[in-house]
Amino acid sequence: MIVLDLIPLALLGGLLGLDVVSFPQAMISRPLVAATLAGALIGNAASGLLVGAALELIALETLPFGASRYPEWGSASVVGGAIFASHPDHPPGSMVLAMLAALATTWIGGWTMVKLRRRNAVWAAARRPALDAGARGAVVSLQLLGMTADFARGAVLTAIAYLVLAPIANACVHLWTIDARVSRAIVVAIAASVAGGAAWKLFHSTPGARWFFVGGLAGGLFLLFAR
Amino acid sequence: MTTAGPTAPTSAPVLPVRTRLAMMLRLLAIQGAWNYETMLGNGIGFCMEPALRLLPGGVHAPAFKQALARESRYFNAHPYLASVAVGALARAELDGEAPERIERFRTALCGPLGSVGDRLVWAGWLPFCSLASLAVFGSGASTAAVVVFFLVLYNAGHLGLRFWGLQTGWSHGLRVASALGNPVLRQGPQEIGRLAALATGIAIPLALGRIIGPGRALLGGVLIAVALGAFLIVRLQSRVEGWRLSLVVLAAVVLYSVIR
Repeated sequence: MIVLDLIPLALLGGLLGLDVVSFPQAMISRPLVAATLAGALIGNAASGLLVGAALELIALETLPFGASRYPEWGSASVVGGAIFASHPDHPPGSMVLAMLAALATTWIGGWTMVKLRRRNAVWAAARRPALDAGARGAVVSLQLLGMTADFARGAVLTAIAYLVLAPIANACVHLWTIDARVSRAIVVAIAASVAGGAAWKLFHSTPGARWFFVGGLAGGLFLLFAR
Repeated sequence: MTTAGPTAPTSAPVLPVRTRLAMMLRLLAIQGAWNYETMLGNGIGFCMEPALRLLPGGVHAPAFKQALARESRYFNAHPYLASVAVGALARAELDGEAPERIERFRTALCGPLGSVGDRLVWAGWLPFCSLASLAVFGSGASTAAVVVFFLVLYNAGHLGLRFWGLQTGWSHGLRVASALGNPVLRQGPQEIGRLAALATGIAIPLALGRIIGPGRALLGGVLIAVALGAFLIVRLQSRVEGWRLSLVVLAAVVLYSVIR
């Protein structure tokens, strides 16, 4: 089953890994979208959305500022979304394991992006005489090579991560001993804590933002408990 | 294509629709060869290339090659607002501005286009759209509705900004600095920041409520844990990133649950 899922997931991981920086940066690589698409490929989009929402809360902390190093959420969310969606009954621990797999992949993904950026610099240096001479072919081919390599990076990363982590997650689900709701509560508490910290970092210096937050929180809690 | 002398003309010449579309499409790939040496540089040349073909003599003329070489050197800016630079530099090249003047202008554009874009998009629009979508998710919307809401909302701003940038850069040429005083660019980050703070307050409780599922037995405890966790992450922000901390804590939970 894992092998059958591998090719479409790898292609999706490649496309979404490409979206993170290279093309088109339309944020289809955000966990909310990427994990849902992976879930849909496995046949359970709703499960993908569930783990995608939890990952999105964490991803709020790592925004793609300039040349900074940041985790790569596109391919990682495909891995997390696919692992969680492949357990449609949501057995205890499945969300924790899917989140852990996604976070581990995002870490490796960030590292591969740095390597690719260095490789792009090597390719640019090799074309320097042609670029300095204004050769149209050199400019276009360098751009296309970078994008192709980024797609391949995302696809290979997704394939390897899913191939390695999905069987481990499946094995761990059978050995899981913590209650299902407590397991999910742990995931949510961690993800929402990171989101809260990230929001504070982003907005605490904006005049009046804390009052907007308090107002929103009151509304959110009211809606939550009014249901 | 009409060209003017070295001083900026009062009205922009017409950029053919096909050229404009090619530039717009290429803008989506502006970071395709991003690297630590030239950063966005090659992407700028790549995006401008359709416009540079309009230089007298076309792609084989020395003017085209010199302009493409000049525009493919080091450049750094926010990828969406780099469209302003692409439009303005294309106009300057086709207006026949002096190369030294273009290079000075190019260098001067990097800083403002980077900092304004980072504040407006990465620290404002993206988190706002993400949190608003999480609020929609938490309110119980369907899977498709959440995904479509996020993609439409975010890309309305994303594509609008790229299109505006190209249009504005082309219209103003070397005088584009005045357009960067646009109220959306100056006041936008603050206004979006307030909206995002509002969305944070609404989204977090609703999203965690939906992820945990029916029943409220654990909700109170989770909310207290979230408040304490967020406080801890803010206190630790200069020493450890929240996502790394999450990875370690989740790994510990897995080990505990599987081994005990």
